[in-house]
Amino acid sequence: MSTDKKELAVAALRNGTVIDHIPSKALFKAVDLLGISRLDKSVTIGCNLQSSRLGSKGIIKVADTFFAQEVINRIAIIAPSAVINTIKDFEVVSKEQVELPSEVVDLVVCNNPKCITRNEPMRSRFEVIDRENVTLKCCYCEHEVNGDMINLK
Amino acid sequence: MEKNSIVSINDISKEEILELLKTAAYFEEHPNQKILDGKVIATLFFEPSTRTRLSFETAVNRLGGRIIGFSDPAATSTSKGETLKDTIIMVGNYADVIIMRHYLEGAAKYASEVTDTPIINAGDGAHQHPSQTMLDLYSIYKTQGSLDNLTVTMVGDLKYGRTVHSLLMALSHFNVKFQFVACDELRMPEEFRTFCDRNGIQYTEHREFSAEVINSSDILYMTRVQRERFTDLMEYERVKDLYNLHNAMLADSKPNLRILHPLPRVNEIDQDVDDNPKAYYFQQAKNGLYARQAMICKVLGIKVNQ
Ligand SMILES: [Zn+2]
Repeated sequence: MSTDKKELAVAALRNGTVIDHIPSKALFKAVDLLGISRLDKSVTIGCNLQSSRLGSKGIIKVADTFFAQEVINRIAIIAPSAVINTIKDFEVVSKEQVELPSEVVDLVVCNNPKCITRNEPMRSRFEVIDRENVTLKCCYCEHEVNGDMINLK
Repeated sequence: MEKNSIVSINDISKEEILELLKTAAYFEEHPNQKILDGKVIATLFFEPSTRTRLSFETAVNRLGGRIIGFSDPAATSTSKGETLKDTIIMVGNYADVIIMRHYLEGAAKYASEVTDTPIINAGDGAHQHPSQTMLDLYSIYKTQGSLDNLTVTMVGDLKYGRTVHSLLMALSHFNVKFQFVACDELRMPEEFRTFCDRNGIQYTEHREFSAEVINSSDILYMTRVQRERFTDLMEYERVKDLYNLHNAMLADSKPNLRILHPLPRVNEIDQDVDDNPKAYYFQQAKNGLYARQAMICKVLGIKVNQ
């Protein structure tokens, strides 16, 4: 696929958000996390597209929708490589890499069944101890979790 | 909110450890004082532990404080479904310090977030038990005169034994060489070996509880090898007696060697060791009283005359 055509595909959105560079295996989880199935706007989802960076990537295009930072942060846990393009009047007005916050609050379930967060009506809290491999450490029981072992709330 | 609490030994700096040890030594000289006169200390044992509770409550009583609380959660509203948060806020309204033990990991940390009253963690599941570590440190400090330039040998269950992990972390502030003695199934976990490697802490690993290991030790820290820790019961049968200590094995040990054990012991230390002056586990438990007195004063910001 030529660069021109790629840009054209993005530009075809008048206003909205394009989330690019999502690892294919995380794509549908990302769709879930962003609450996309509940939107009534037009949504285009591409899966198993070629990517020099990821091998195989997914892309989500949503018209007339802009996500709050805390919503976008949700996908940083499963797709730290994702890029958020904000489109206004056919122009990419911002292009941002999602960023893992240093602390992940109320998003992830601790895998330790004896953790206080699993037994009290409270928010979970994890410290990000390794950004590259997305390793989180529970602020309460100190159990560590990474990659595919991360369970979202 | 959590600044005065003692939830984990890892939150205590080297300076604070040394300060606590000095205070503990002071209390050993002067165990009965009225420093907690007028103070109310809550002991909340969501999981029963008679040994730890009696030690803390004796510490409070000898300093003239009053105790409220419970030793059996069945008698409280927790058993009626009250959240930990509500219980802690309620007790925090009455008490000056909350000493708590809980079966869930991270419970003390969470408690420290929901009240301004200082929390002392008296054990949260398999997670942390900082007063045990403080009494271990005090016992080593007292018998060796220092926490530096020592060889500390840990024996038995190094995989699940939280006391050895916490002690290792606390001693990492000091110049200590470790010997880890365990079977393959109960070996010191990788995370702690990596921690040692990264921080330049010397250690050696041994499958055999040999004379060489014993004779080079200043401290022998014994732990119980429990049957339920094994996935392979044949392996348990094979190793269960390999890490037991008998008096004859101490014949050529260093004169300053002391034997520690977090108690209760079963047969990993033979009764014939008890009369050896190097056996220190009963005094070790008694040292818990002074270490706990020091911890209570620390969270209340009370400085004692030294
Ligand atoms: Zn946890």
